Amino acid sequence: MDRQRRKVLKTGGSAGLLAFLAAAGWLQPGLALAQAAAAWNKAAFDTKNVPDTMKALGGTEPTPSKDITFFQTPDIAENGAVVPVGITSTIPNTEAIAILIEKNPNTLAAVFDVPPGTDSTITTRVKMGQSSNIVAVVKADGKYYMATKEVKVTLGGCGG
Amino acid sequence: MADPMKIRANLVGDSTEVKVLMSHEMETGQRKDAQGKTIPAWFIQNVAATCNGKTVMSAQWGPAVSKNPFLSFKFKGGAKGDKVVITWTDNRGDKRTDEASIA
Amino acid sequence: MRDRASRELRRPLTGFALAVCGLASALTGVSALSQTSAVDEIAKYRAALQEGNPSELWEARGEDIWKQKRGPKQASLEACDLGLGAGVVKGAYTVLPRYFADSKRVMDLETRLVYCMVNLQGLNEADVVKTPFGNGNDKKSDIEALVAYVTSESRGIKMNVSLDKPEERDMYRLGERMFYFRGGSHDFGCVTCHGADNLRIRLQDLPNLTTLQGAQKAYTTWPAYRVSQGELRSFQWRLYDCFRQQRFPELKYGSEASIALTMFLARNANGAAYDGPAIKR
Repeated sequence: MDRQRRKVLKTGGSAGLLAFLAAAGWLQPGLALAQAAAAWNKAAFDTKNVPDTMKALGGTEPTPSKDITFFQTPDIAENGAVVPVGITSTIPNTEAIAILIEKNPNTLAAVFDVPPGTDSTITTRVKMGQSSNIVAVVKADGKYYMATKEVKVTLGGCGG
Repeated sequence: MADPMKIRANLVGDSTEVKVLMSHEMETGQRKDAQGKTIPAWFIQNVAATCNGKTVMSAQWGPAVSKNPFLSFKFKGGAKGDKVVITWTDNRGDKRTDEASIA
Repeated sequence: MRDRASRELRRPLTGFALAVCGLASALTGVSALSQTSAVDEIAKYRAALQEGNPSELWEARGEDIWKQKRGPKQASLEACDLGLGAGVVKGAYTVLPRYFADSKRVMDLETRLVYCMVNLQGLNEADVVKTPFGNGNDKKSDIEALVAYVTSESRGIKMNVSLDKPEERDMYRLGERMFYFRGGSHDFGCVTCHGADNLRIRLQDLPNLTTLQGAQKAYTTWPAYRVSQGELRSFQWRLYDCFRQQRFPELKYGSEASIALTMFLARNANGAAYDGPAIKR
């Protein structure tokens, strides 16, 4: 293993790592600058409840909104390791959609940025450790909104 | 080098619908092996998609995203033959870039 | 004998069925009569999973392995005869298991793949069957990938297993006897769980493999990406795991026992369009 690679693997923090990678020429020159500087919000992914996650995301307490809906998200998941989640936001100027799972060991599952021109609709699959509420948080025009859906899990999916 | 992603990009009206299947363990760091040792976390942290040089989607993921992640999103614009390029990077510094032409 | 088995199974299942009713009530807040709504929701879960089946990742890897020159003979598997002629992959799964003149045996897909890897490519058999079932990124199974690829090329084609050869008929009869054979510490047989309608283990509906519909639906949806395994699992794996759950001795990979059961179940599915690789919990 060459020294450069070893250094990369040792580096923990995201910003530092990416700066290093950029300097080492490992990031493709074609990537948009925004992407190259894409950080990974470690603090947000370490939070254990919705209010703390919102703080770490730099947001305020979200307002419930009927303009955020779930689709392709079943009420019961046979296996919590793979729970399909689909979220649509019809709130104008939606900038980001985040998926929070209340009872998971760490609340935040994913954050999706919605650039202009991209539909504010996301489908993915998440792990649920137990039956829990899934909270969809939407950032639009700098304000925060949310919708909740309860999903029951017959077999926990965090492993072990 | 990680296994390639399966990307499908289809023009539906004036929007391009993208569906991606990625090959990744997405290890949570919660599991223990047969000897009782914790299996270290290993998961995709960043995903970015571009089309014609413009970012059409980006995301930060935690280990709660399922193993062999599936992702679907839609964006306006994009014409048949244009390339959608998707890149993921994980917490070990591994990355993978794949592309598909819009059909 | 068979009736007693069904009766014995139903008694404990009444307890399970009641538990399910209780669960459904808790879930829906409606009377126990709406027990089907839990089952309906699970059907929705299964439907939602169908899109973006990780099996496709195995199919892609399998296609690469199929076309790759490997082993001491540096040959690709493209000359392998899976039953429809050398190199013909499309539809091959629907005619397996079948008798092969070159090996003078009835073989299923997996034993045939092993045969080709050993004879065409010169690979060592012990090495090839060392990891038939993958486990994570570090322990991948080439056979599972090949199975995913080959079976994906049979999607939509009707099952058409032949019993023309006496060896094929013998294998079918052996498989049938095995299906009904009860043994092990729990006196289980395949028939115990798969021999009647409406049997269930907790929330898992069990297919009745003694009916045409049950047999067709079950066989045509394997191999499958098994969410709980995080892996693409083949039919040899499915039988292996059934044996484990029945507390039977370990089913040897590619054994005559495994081929006999596969022959019985595959032939019973004739007429149904193959629908795999699927995705299951």
